[in-house]
Amino acid sequence: MKTKLKKPLSPAAKNSAICYGLVIVFYLVMQVLVYTDHISSSLNGQLIPICVYIVMAVSLNLTVGILGELSLGHAGFMSVGAFSGAVAAYCLQDVIAFSPLRLFLAMIVGGIFAAVAGVIVGVPVLRLKGDYLAIVTLAFGEIIRNLVTIMYLGKDENGLHFSMLEQNFELAEGGKMIINGPMGLSGNSRISTFTMGFILILITLFVVLNLINSRAGRAIMAVRDNRIAAESVGISTTGYKLMAFVISAALAGMAGTLYSMNSSTLVAAKFDFNTSILVLVFVVLGGLGNIWGSIIAAALLTVLPEMLRAVDDYRMLLYAILLIAMMLFNNSKFKQRLIEKRGLRQQAKLEKAQEGGR
Amino acid sequence: MNFLFNLINGISLGSVYAIIALGYTMVYGIAKMLNFAHGDVIMVGAYVSFCATSYLGVSPFLSVGMAIVICAVLGVAIERLAYKPLRSASSLAVLITAIGVSYFLQNAALLIWGSNPKNFSSIVGNASIKLFGGQLSIPVITIVTVVTCIVVMAALTIFTSKSKLGTAMRAVSEDKGAAQLMGINVNTTISLTFAIGSGLAAVAGVLLCSAYPVMTPTLGAMPGIKAFTAAVFGGIGSIPGAMIGGILLGIIENFSKAYIDTQLSDAIVFLVLIVVLLIKPDGLMGKKQSEKV
Repeated sequence: MKTKLKKPLSPAAKNSAICYGLVIVFYLVMQVLVYTDHISSSLNGQLIPICVYIVMAVSLNLTVGILGELSLGHAGFMSVGAFSGAVAAYCLQDVIAFSPLRLFLAMIVGGIFAAVAGVIVGVPVLRLKGDYLAIVTLAFGEIIRNLVTIMYLGKDENGLHFSMLEQNFELAEGGKMIINGPMGLSGNSRISTFTMGFILILITLFVVLNLINSRAGRAIMAVRDNRIAAESVGISTTGYKLMAFVISAALAGMAGTLYSMNSSTLVAAKFDFNTSILVLVFVVLGGLGNIWGSIIAAALLTVLPEMLRAVDDYRMLLYAILLIAMMLFNNSKFKQRLIEKRGLRQQAKLEKAQEGGR
Repeated sequence: MNFLFNLINGISLGSVYAIIALGYTMVYGIAKMLNFAHGDVIMVGAYVSFCATSYLGVSPFLSVGMAIVICAVLGVAIERLAYKPLRSASSLAVLITAIGVSYFLQNAALLIWGSNPKNFSSIVGNASIKLFGGQLSIPVITIVTVVTCIVVMAALTIFTSKSKLGTAMRAVSEDKGAAQLMGINVNTTISLTFAIGSGLAAVAGVLLCSAYPVMTPTLGAMPGIKAFTAAVFGGIGSIPGAMIGGILLGIIENFSKAYIDTQLSDAIVFLVLIVVLLIKPDGLMGKKQSEKV
């Protein structure tokens, strides 16, 4: 009898399949709900933010989980992408009428600007270690927020006008201020759609999962697990660190553009330390280095506050407790014992299977 | 005259940073962790003092004492519950836990005291000293802050270098294992460090809110981060370094507020941190540390 041998999926492929599957199912279910009008208006309004935060969480997971460096300034890159993308979208308004294409180009511009910011931040920051690195990313996040707050940018028939600290240019007739200092963006055309958010998630997953399962990804994880050992086998630690960091920043920038084009006004203060921490909470709760975990955590924790209006006051407190409990559990003897037990059971299963195969 | 005024204000603000930075430096030196929640202990100290004076009618100075005791207990509790189980864990796990504790304190304060800003009344009143025929007026709190900072620093230096407990502290920060073999109780020493650091944070909180009287549950976050900057600036683990770093940082912040732009002052302070870390990662007075494989 000929039996067709089914090739078992490698763990990496299984992980990727779970990620894509989750996102596609989520998208289809939501689309069905939207078209059959079974969705509450509050959840409908949350669809794009969910996409934004999924992308933010997956990209931060690349830095924190895969690269193993704590970044506390992820919202800074989101901010760069949000504002540069919005400017790009405004400039393209008359050139490209088809809004999804315009949004896509704006996202690419946002991603590029955020990547540039990622290089500027990453080159000095990644030379540092541990706590210092974390605090410097935090510092950079705050610096970016401060700089955007004092930025003035307007467009009229003569082109773009730009100044820092105070507005020292006059716009010609018919011109418009795009970024207005502390008041931020105003009069955005809201062109973000759920489908574009879905596409952005797919792009993010494609980039991140392929990176993880590539030679570069393995090098990045080697740097995380033992920098000195990785260096001694000839891996360029700085290069790979920078690579992961910049990709993570670029994806955050694209998410930022999606976010900014979802509302008509936006201030730089939105992208503060708290937003960075919120995304970090998603990553930690989903599991460091676990991409589908990030997806679920980001989606659930974005929707949950809407559903748990009653305990809204306690929400952040709960997050904090969860964060601490998660860390304590991860490093507890209890978990170690659980893993040992599971390992023993799997080993027993394996032995049984081998005996059966003989 | 304006310059002198800004300088004095800068030194005063810097003194507060220095006191907070002392707590950071001591904890970092001994537990090798960045206690992110330190800034929020400042906030708790300020709120405790505020409640003691306005609800219990305690005299301002007694309220400071209460704040110190409560914060010290809080600091020890945080260490025991959240940080101690993670002593052998990766620094990433410890740092995330510390951020969690910081968030916990902020949100607990938000639930207890509400988000409305409260008005802190200065512990020494609003009197000020006039100099140069009234051209320069220095608030009393400014002088109190600077004097407190100097006293605290002197006391800590003497404590760590002369007393038995202080020596134990230095020993633990140098080598935990060896210290234990010498009969030092490492757990008690670490708890003591947290208690001292958090007590100092309470003092800093009261001084900070006396100078800038608007209280919110997040008031400690920014000064906390800036004080860490100061601690790094001066060289982490060094007590005089924390003081010099704090005062320099306060002066830099106040001058950039006065002469460049109010909104940019935070950015400039953080830029200082980045530049220091890149040029001289050990800080102004820190010890050089080499990496062992």
